[in-house]
Amino acid sequence: MENILQWISSNQQTIYVVILMIFVGIEIIGRVPSVLHTPLMSGANAIHGVVIIGAIIVLGKAEPGNYLALVLGFIAVVLGTLNVVGGFVVTDRMLEMFKKKPTSPKEN
Amino acid sequence: MDLNILTVCYLLASVTFIIGLKMLSNPASARKGNLIAASGMSAAIIGTIFLYQNVETGAHLHNLGWIFGALLIGGVVGMFAAKKVMMTAMPEMVSLFNGMGGACAALISIIEFNHLSKELQAHSIELSSVQPTLVIIAVGLMIGSVSFAGSMIAWGKLNGRVKDFSFPGQNILNLVFLATALLAAAWLVLNPENSFLLYIILILSLLYGVLFVMPIGGADMPVVISLLNSFTGVAAAFGGFLYDNKVMLTGGILVGAAGTLLTILMCKAMNRSLVNVLIGSFGGSKSTELDNTKVQGNYKEINLSDAAMVMSYANKVMIVPGYGLAVAQAQHICHELEKILEEKGVEVKYAIHPVAGRMPGHMNVLLAEADVNYDKLMEMEAANDEFKTTDVVLILGANDVVNPAAKNDPASPIFGMPILEVEKAKTVIVNKRSMKPGYAGIENDLFFQPKTSMLFGDAKKVLQNLCAEIKLV
Repeated sequence: MENILQWISSNQQTIYVVILMIFVGIEIIGRVPSVLHTPLMSGANAIHGVVIIGAIIVLGKAEPGNYLALVLGFIAVVLGTLNVVGGFVVTDRMLEMFKKKPTSPKEN
Repeated sequence: MDLNILTVCYLLASVTFIIGLKMLSNPASARKGNLIAASGMSAAIIGTIFLYQNVETGAHLHNLGWIFGALLIGGVVGMFAAKKVMMTAMPEMVSLFNGMGGACAALISIIEFNHLSKELQAHSIELSSVQPTLVIIAVGLMIGSVSFAGSMIAWGKLNGRVKDFSFPGQNILNLVFLATALLAAAWLVLNPENSFLLYIILILSLLYGVLFVMPIGGADMPVVISLLNSFTGVAAAFGGFLYDNKVMLTGGILVGAAGTLLTILMCKAMNRSLVNVLIGSFGGSKSTELDNTKVQGNYKEINLSDAAMVMSYANKVMIVPGYGLAVAQAQHICHELEKILEEKGVEVKYAIHPVAGRMPGHMNVLLAEADVNYDKLMEMEAANDEFKTTDVVLILGANDVVNPAAKNDPASPIFGMPILEVEKAKTVIVNKRSMKPGYAGIENDLFFQPKTSMLFGDAKKVLQNLCAEIKLV
């Protein structure tokens, strides 16, 4: 019990962030039209690519001789980059198609 | 100094994620929102590479060559894959990228564990001081690998390489895997010298991910991908705990929460609960019982010139697009048909079911690509009112979303799902490639109704011929 309380008080900042972010996350997409479900999912998919930061730190900290860590870290950064770049580009391509609608009355 | 700048980078990135996600939920600002989030991400990545410092030693990151090499490879491949992918294959691409993120989180856990266990062996740190870290590593590994394995299966299912698969007691076996993985994780935290446990957790989590998605029907994959998406978000947040990194924490939790809500919203659009989607194995096991009940009535075919005639003399035509349209890439010719009919004074509109195609919004994206005017796309409720006054409904490769069984047949697996009530219209013309049941694997009574006629063939070819015929009328 003592330990848990100790842990909570030493990590209170993090706990606050987590709780607030849960509410923010729920709040901001609460009223999304179903048309945007797919792009929104894809956009969120790109954002969780932020895990790449961890991969970069891991790879950047690995001792030069530790090939296991280097190779695994390298793969992790490649995968993370795929997630980020692919995610944002796919989302952009989806949304590009929505954007045309104001110009749709064509002259012909 | 550097660390302070990095903190600002992270702060900015976190804010852009929130703003980006917020803007993504509105059609007018969505694209900009995506770009804003992307720019925040870039700032966080570049900042990390150059400004990150070890808190104790003050050392910057090294192995920059490796880092940039990896970024280059991932960037080029990711860019290429995302640019080249066909519109119909977008959903599976999202799933694939999601899996990459999950795998990335899992790998981080593995490397950090190896690092930690070396330090423990060298007795340079106390076990009790690293136990919270071990918990984070184990849980991050589990969520990341489940997300990776699940996403890969979802990807395979969407592109047809993986078939639905379930066996009796699968749910129980799944729970056993999960419980064993958790036990192994607990054991590992208490006795980190047994490093093989980490790989047991890895294998069990991967198996769990595979078996978790396997029995779920392909039509429900969007919901599953959305759920796995939020899993990966949580896995990223665990990375944030690990490094006390606020941008990973905020980004991850944000996606975890938003993704969970989005999953629920998607289920609601289909009028089903999440539990029902996950263990109902919709369209999976049930489809087999229906295999031999195919011949249940007569359907009538209509030829092209008759269809052209009916449509050109109609007052109002509603087009119901479905996955067949996407597969045939017939969106442009569909727009063409709309224009030709309008020249003849026919009112043309599109009725869009929220889950037509393979993902919510799939049809909107597809038709927007063909420059179809946004005002012509009607959402389900509005469309259902319009059908009463519609002369001809043209169904292009849609099936389950117009199946009256969802309203009339409580035994049907899709019972309760809101549908487009096309049978209210005077005539229904259905374009399909064959009489094969749709994605959910269930028979559609609509095709056997007297007012329905079938127009078989690939949507693109049929529409091309139909356009030619209508011009002749």
